[in-house]
Amino acid sequence: MHNSGISIWFFIGVLLTIYGAMIFGYGLFELATGHTANVILANLHAPVWWGGLMLALGLFYGLRFRPGRDG
Amino acid sequence: MFGLVPASIAATGSPSAVAALLALSAPSLAHLSPLDIAVIAIYFVMVIWIGFYLKSRANTSEEFFMAGREMTAWIAGLSFVSANLGSLELMGWAGSAYQYGILAAHWYWVGAIPAMLFLGMVMMPFYYVCKTHSVPGYLKLRFGQGTSIVAAFSFAFMTVLMSGVNMFAMAEVMKVVLGWDLNFSIIVSSLAVAAYVALGGLRSAIFNEVLQFVLIWGGALLVPILGLIETGGWNGLKAKIAHNIATGVTAPGDYTHMWRSMGHFADNPMGIHWTGIVFGLGFAISFGYWTTDFLVVQRVLAANSLRSARMAPVIGSFFKMAVPFIVILPGLLGLVVLQNSDGSLMHLVGENVVAANPGAGLHSYNEVLPLMLVRYCSPGLLGLGITALIAGFMSGMAGNVSAFSAVWTYDIYQPLINKKAKDEHYVAVGRWATILGVVISIGAAYLVMNAKGIMDYVQALFSFFISPLLGAVLMGMFWKRATKAGGFWGLLIGTLTSIALWAWVKIDPTALRYVAISPDAKDMAENMYRALWSVSVCVIVIFVVSLFGKARPIAELNGLVYGATKLPVEEPVPFYKNEYFWLVIAIICFLALNIYFW
Repeated sequence: MHNSGISIWFFIGVLLTIYGAMIFGYGLFELATGHTANVILANLHAPVWWGGLMLALGLFYGLRFRPGRDG
Repeated sequence: MFGLVPASIAATGSPSAVAALLALSAPSLAHLSPLDIAVIAIYFVMVIWIGFYLKSRANTSEEFFMAGREMTAWIAGLSFVSANLGSLELMGWAGSAYQYGILAAHWYWVGAIPAMLFLGMVMMPFYYVCKTHSVPGYLKLRFGQGTSIVAAFSFAFMTVLMSGVNMFAMAEVMKVVLGWDLNFSIIVSSLAVAAYVALGGLRSAIFNEVLQFVLIWGGALLVPILGLIETGGWNGLKAKIAHNIATGVTAPGDYTHMWRSMGHFADNPMGIHWTGIVFGLGFAISFGYWTTDFLVVQRVLAANSLRSARMAPVIGSFFKMAVPFIVILPGLLGLVVLQNSDGSLMHLVGENVVAANPGAGLHSYNEVLPLMLVRYCSPGLLGLGITALIAGFMSGMAGNVSAFSAVWTYDIYQPLINKKAKDEHYVAVGRWATILGVVISIGAAYLVMNAKGIMDYVQALFSFFISPLLGAVLMGMFWKRATKAGGFWGLLIGTLTSIALWAWVKIDPTALRYVAISPDAKDMAENMYRALWSVSVCVIVIFVVSLFGKARPIAELNGLVYGATKLPVEEPVPFYKNEYFWLVIAIICFLALNIYFW
């Protein structure tokens, strides 16, 4: 977003990557152990696909706007 | 309850310390897992890190107050919408949707989109070309110091009160959802906001607002997705609401149509007529807020070119149209999916009913969004949802204090206290004004605790200050003949009219039949008609007073008034980068949404 320094999109990418990895990891743990949280529609395993989506978006933005990369 | 201990926790972001505090807290809707606490703590660390990182880029007043005018259209547009996504947006309107149905979406569509597009395509060139630092700054250039001072003081007053409302609302949510002490939440959030705005100025506020915007969507979008899956989609939701009404479980009303019940005040639960929605909300309040409230206009003024400044509100309008899917839809879903522990349908009630029945296990309308989060979100996702709420509160608060800082420094301190200081001095004043704004906001938050209702309070404030300001800016921008005296007296009398009408109804409730045109009108309708009266009075006073005065020469109005300004010619761009192309798309989407939900 500016000519020098770190882009805001990089910060967003980093945060989404961290959150995505944490939530996706928890989702995999649920799948592996069969211990699902006491919430409605737990059978849909939202942490897996929502966390996975966040992780993918985070990695895309983190790499696409990493410091030192043009464009 | 926690004294100053939370301040150190905010600084360190220690999950274990937060967990220890939670263990001391009151019973709550949700219990956070270590994963949730880590998600929240990482968010705080990130926003403070951004503030420290950007400190070196906020050394001059242009950098601190205007972010160096380097923002792209996307950044400015997202920040423009995010600054408005405060606590009232997320929590209050979800509660209103539960209470009034989809009528609440009027505040997002007719109550926002036309004004945002008008700002971008018609008004932004004048704000941008005259290089003002603020809306009161524009009034100073157009009408002189007196009008600017009236606008600056009323804006500063309203801004810190709004910030206090945001803080209080956030603290309430944290208390209900997590059992956190009100003081703890207020102090932690305000310290974090004070730190990153005072360090990095507007650039830091904008960076964080964009980050918060992404988080709000990431944390809140899952609720309507899972809710629609549970109810069988939009049609399933409508069928369930209709069934509940037919069986007497839900109060009668049209919860899924926006315009059909607007023919008479008594036909809809809001007690409002379509003229109030179109002219009061759609014009007086909406145009007042989106085109003259410096909180949002400041974000667009930071754009890197005139084209970006025009595109930013257009881009923002698309996201604004989408916000009901994470705010209004969860409120509607709450009508049919929220259940008590015995399996019966849960009935949310007003704050006054909850307060009158302590220990009865009742929940208020404003709690619908947190209740929906708890219903669907497992560990990690719940933390993300809570972080989305906190992010919404902090973006609204940061918007208020950064705008307050600019107006205080440029429009109050500089003209009235110290006219000829060095640039560094004004940057220092801005940093201290940020902290001062937060401190006053904290005081306002405690005042708000005794207010009747959050939304009523805010709507009343809007009509006091924002609507007459709209009259002054529109007359100044589009009527060359408007004079300095006209602007001053129009703004002052318009503001006093609004306050007087409010006081009249408070003293004599039967006056509602005159102020809001109908004795059936309710609070929200009253606010809308009062706004309409005040902007009308402002315009009439400016018109009449100006007729008796001498207009400024046309040459002095260059860059300020339509018809007297030669706008810079922008370089041609492909159609998909042209603001007029996206304007047409936005209008089509806006009309389609209103027709579909008619």
